Amino acid sequence: MTVITFIQHDGSERMVDGDVGLSLMETALKHDVPGIDADCGGGAICGTCHCFVEVSGDIPAPDSQETAMLGLRPDRADNSRLACQIMVSDGMADITVRLPEFQM
Amino acid sequence: MNMPAGISTPDYRAMPLEALDVSDPRMFQYDYWQELFARLRDECPVHYQPDSPAGPFWSVTRYEDIVAIERDTETFSSEPSISIIDPEPDMILRMFIAMDPPEHDDQRRAVHHVVAPRNLQEFETLIRERTVEVLDSLPENEPFDWVKLVSRDLTTKMLATLFDFPWEERNKLTEWSDMFTSDVRITAGEGSTREVIIEHITACLQRFTELWHERKGDGKEAFDLIRMLQADPNTANMVDDPLTYMGNIMLLIVGGNDTTRNSMSGGVVFLNQFPDEMAKVRQNPELIPSMVSEIIRYQTPLPHMRRTTTRDVELNGQKIAKGEKVVLWFVSGNYDDAVIERPNDFWIDRPSVRNHLSFGAGIHRCMGNRLAEMQLRILWEEALQRFETIEVVGEPKRTCNLFIRGFTELPVKVTRFQS
Repeated sequence: MTVITFIQHDGSERMVDGDVGLSLMETALKHDVPGIDADCGGGAICGTCHCFVEVSGDIPAPDSQETAMLGLRPDRADNSRLACQIMVSDGMADITVRLPEFQM
Repeated sequence: MNMPAGISTPDYRAMPLEALDVSDPRMFQYDYWQELFARLRDECPVHYQPDSPAGPFWSVTRYEDIVAIERDTETFSSEPSISIIDPEPDMILRMFIAMDPPEHDDQRRAVHHVVAPRNLQEFETLIRERTVEVLDSLPENEPFDWVKLVSRDLTTKMLATLFDFPWEERNKLTEWSDMFTSDVRITAGEGSTREVIIEHITACLQRFTELWHERKGDGKEAFDLIRMLQADPNTANMVDDPLTYMGNIMLLIVGGNDTTRNSMSGGVVFLNQFPDEMAKVRQNPELIPSMVSEIIRYQTPLPHMRRTTTRDVELNGQKIAKGEKVVLWFVSGNYDDAVIERPNDFWIDRPSVRNHLSFGAGIHRCMGNRLAEMQLRILWEEALQRFETIEVVGEPKRTCNLFIRGFTELPVKVTRFQS
């Protein structure tokens, strides 16, 4: 079981169990974790599920579409990702998802 | 819809596909566009029109095809123009909406902050005060023009605030905005000629150049768009490149103007057409943010954006050659029932209400989307609190423009709650 810890910009934390096959974005919405807007519903075409990801194991790198969207963020960091593009997989390491101050 | 003599709704279902005219701005002026796009989505989702006032072009009308194109910015370039018409060869204004990466990304990031939600919180009080002022000054129980007294006035004040533009001159912003989008080739000949548009562009550039120099190095904090451009290393010398400076100013003026203005008018029209939805939002004011997204979808104030192919490409069975114009009809994608459930219903709490194409998609997705939503949210929060009725009392007049879906006149009567 992969445990996902969402940390809001104000520091408040929420830990939830990940379901294999759901994205981090869908996981947040399923558990009513705030801070993710997900306007486009998961297509990596709106950029409103931006987050900063910390994980000890390997996760697939962003594809060109995700990279292009992340490139627009003024607050982009090395570990910036779109939460809709990271799927919880079997045996995936626990993961910490820090949410930015705002989505746009 | 009352139409003047000589104008009638084309029988879009009966005409041969190659005779369909997708460049006719009257379809928005007289509101008869729905059947045209419904037929294209059904029978010819990638449609070629060999001849139009804007030259030959392809029309893409299905939601999923539009998204696929928006994702592929290498094949479908935003240069040299995002409108169906080409820029004047001797005056190609440079603006990031009409640029590809990486230059696009640098320029966009430089002004992104001003409309970031962090700044918006500071603007919210100001916007609310101005909205309240406008609504409280409206006449009661007699018809007035909502476009003039509410939509135009509020968006003009907001733009002047964003630029910190001299308050007493603020109406120029809206006049320039209208002028920049009024090319005769997209207005059935009713708009402005090239000479007149260039005259206004020159005046606008001159005024903004003065403002740039007045502000440069005055040590004040960068809260307006001009100072933000000055503060960012990527754009700090933009004034030295007038075509780029003017392009970006124009983009910000137009982007913050017609769009919000026409959604402010559209909301009144839709709530009158769908009284059950009006009752719903009155009973559940927490639905206002969701209603705002639905208003923006239903209005689709910018009906199209245009891309240009950088190579030969096949889309939905059609072969598009390198260098051709591809027009993405957001207004059609937003009414595509393959993606949007019951698209013709104005449904303020529809599922996935934010999932629409009015802001575009991908790297060019509207930068000011959160600001636009906030302006509309505040308008409806304040309007529903004060007015017991908001009634459309005459035929709305719509804009004759292929690039703008909007209203030029909207007769409305309001009554206030007795307190």
